Amino acid sequence: MAFDKMELRETEVWDGNFAAAQALRQAQVDVVAAYPITPSTPIVEGYAKFLADGYVEGEFVMVESEHAAMSGCIGAAAAGGRVATATSSQGFALMVETLYQASGMRLPIVLNVVNRALAAPLNVNGDHSDMYLGRDSGWIQLDAYSPQEAYDLNFIAFKVSEDHDVRLPAMVHQDGFMTSHTAQGVKTIDDDTAYGFIGDFKPMNDMLDFDHPVTHGVQTEEDWHFEHKARQHNDLMTKVMPKIQTAFDDFEKLTGRKYNIVESYDMDDADVTVVCMGTSVETAREVAKEMRAKGIKAGVVGIRVFRPFPFEEIKAAFKNVKAIAVLDRSAPGGTPGAMFNEIAGALYNTDERALLSGYIYGLGGRDLTKAHLVDLYTELQANVDAGKVTTPLQQFIGVRGPKLAFL
Amino acid sequence: MSEIKKIKNLKEFSTSADRFEGANLLCPGCAHSIIVREVLNATNDDLVLSASTGCLEVCTAVYPYTSWDASWIHIGFENGSTAVAGAEAMYKALGNKGRLKQPDRNPKFVSFAGDGASYDIGFQWISGCFERGHNMMHVVLDNEVYANTGGQRSSSTPIGSSATTSPAGRVSYGEKKNKKDMMAIMAAHGSPYVAQVSPNKWKNMVKAIQHGMAVEGPVFINAVSACTTEWKFAPEDTMALQDLATDSLVFPLYEIIDGTELNITYRPKNVVPVEEYLAAQGRFKHLFKDEYKYLIKEWQERVDAKWDYLQRREEAKV
Repeated sequence: MAFDKMELRETEVWDGNFAAAQALRQAQVDVVAAYPITPSTPIVEGYAKFLADGYVEGEFVMVESEHAAMSGCIGAAAAGGRVATATSSQGFALMVETLYQASGMRLPIVLNVVNRALAAPLNVNGDHSDMYLGRDSGWIQLDAYSPQEAYDLNFIAFKVSEDHDVRLPAMVHQDGFMTSHTAQGVKTIDDDTAYGFIGDFKPMNDMLDFDHPVTHGVQTEEDWHFEHKARQHNDLMTKVMPKIQTAFDDFEKLTGRKYNIVESYDMDDADVTVVCMGTSVETAREVAKEMRAKGIKAGVVGIRVFRPFPFEEIKAAFKNVKAIAVLDRSAPGGTPGAMFNEIAGALYNTDERALLSGYIYGLGGRDLTKAHLVDLYTELQANVDAGKVTTPLQQFIGVRGPKLAFL
Repeated sequence: MSEIKKIKNLKEFSTSADRFEGANLLCPGCAHSIIVREVLNATNDDLVLSASTGCLEVCTAVYPYTSWDASWIHIGFENGSTAVAGAEAMYKALGNKGRLKQPDRNPKFVSFAGDGASYDIGFQWISGCFERGHNMMHVVLDNEVYANTGGQRSSSTPIGSSATTSPAGRVSYGEKKNKKDMMAIMAAHGSPYVAQVSPNKWKNMVKAIQHGMAVEGPVFINAVSACTTEWKFAPEDTMALQDLATDSLVFPLYEIIDGTELNITYRPKNVVPVEEYLAAQGRFKHLFKDEYKYLIKEWQERVDAKWDYLQRREEAKV
């Protein structure tokens, strides 16, 4: 009936998966229903081991598929307690039906998604195809670029998701292998402080309150369905960002680590900028610094909150930029790329529209090298100098064979 | 431990505190509501219920109305069992942590699903729940057809039945495959209790439900549910159809305890020929053409063989 606290060093050497597992332990998650899939498995294995060693108290339900994992999470969340799980790629794809059900039923659940390519062909390495697959599911999507952020953003996710004004499930994304299996220094929070940041779970409409029976998961047709979906969207558009911002602010006060809805790097006077997610953000920052030494005013924008999409913050970040390269790490499937389209949409009605070009990169774990980014910034500067986009609108980076470019 | 509810007679049973409202959209004459009420009225304990997508779900929880005066959840077609399993896991977790709002209660976790949602699309989820040993009951409302989508065959649809995806026609007698034996499959999962029940035999059914609720672990109940719409009989004849189903031994009532002890729980005084059961339903109408009468004979032989098998197992205590 009790569990032991864990003494952590101020800085531990953790990979992204273990960092997320530690966050689940410190959040004292009540139920984890999970199914293994590379590269996310160590997160739920970590929770199971903490349970076996008496460092957390809860129920670990090892189910028979990812669909069942999220189904069990939904049942557990509706029952009234803290719920989390993890998955990747095909497992995420199998969960998709239940992702919509979880958000439509307004249940707080934290899902760690260790990003991985989608088959076919089968591939275990990181790209953002699975993250993109979740983009219309009504979940909050936060993106971590490092193990430290995978750890920190879990606390943000619980705090926002369980807020009674929000009551929407949240995903914490990290890049498969690049983050999930790469050990780095992670600054820790002690158990009491970490738990205190999230606080006790406050049930609402909980099925285990037998004096107040609730019907979950009703039928609505043309008479009510639209209103339910519209209200959910309204809350995503108006309530979630302020809550995330507050959580970021509180977290900074607690730890000194500052997070932003959009992470701008050297953007104050940037002419050319790359916008991307995941581990590529750190690579781009390094290259941007090097480009500045060569006289190119380069900046980087990292998307921290992918859903709800930060339209206002994007507009502000790109206010004075002359050329933008949007990097999509997902097979675009006959369109310029999901993030390209969204950023184009965000900027279309602004007065100073920067030159916009899109790049598809890194599918199935293909490296994005510094050399790639040097070429890219150089290309953007050429666009600025010419006053127009001199390249095709969509290009592929780092793919073998004849150069692929479209539009 | 919760007390087993004592029920004296049908009048008292049918008027006891009702957590499933008569106000619902099920067809007049649908046996689903009768089954649900018999399950719910068998206990005074609190309930955490689920329904998989299907007739019961779409007819009882249409926003802003609900027919359920108990905790209830619906997620999808295949995962109602796992919804309840997740809730049961949370109950355990919060119990261990001392965080239950009403720690003195003894809730029962019950999932309702049709044969399609149990025998077919939800089979893996149910299998998972049973293998893991959740303390829950899964009740199949077995009407042998996808009724909610308009009468397609499921793996519970019996040979010779005309379903919309296995229709009887100029050169076909309808469904060609025999019904899947879910009772045996679920018993093989090591379930402490599986039982086939029928709401016309309400005392028998209540006994089975109460037995199922008293044991620890996953319990499987296959409830025969005569479907006026898809079986094609008049709505006022539901109970007559249920009687024909049990008394022809097409649906023998029996239980399997711990996967090994099989007991026949109802022996009709006068066994009705299978032909009478078939003749009462439009879905078997074509079997009475001369060229298909051999199928009626085969039906009877199958039912006899199964009854013989059940008796032999009961006698051998295996």
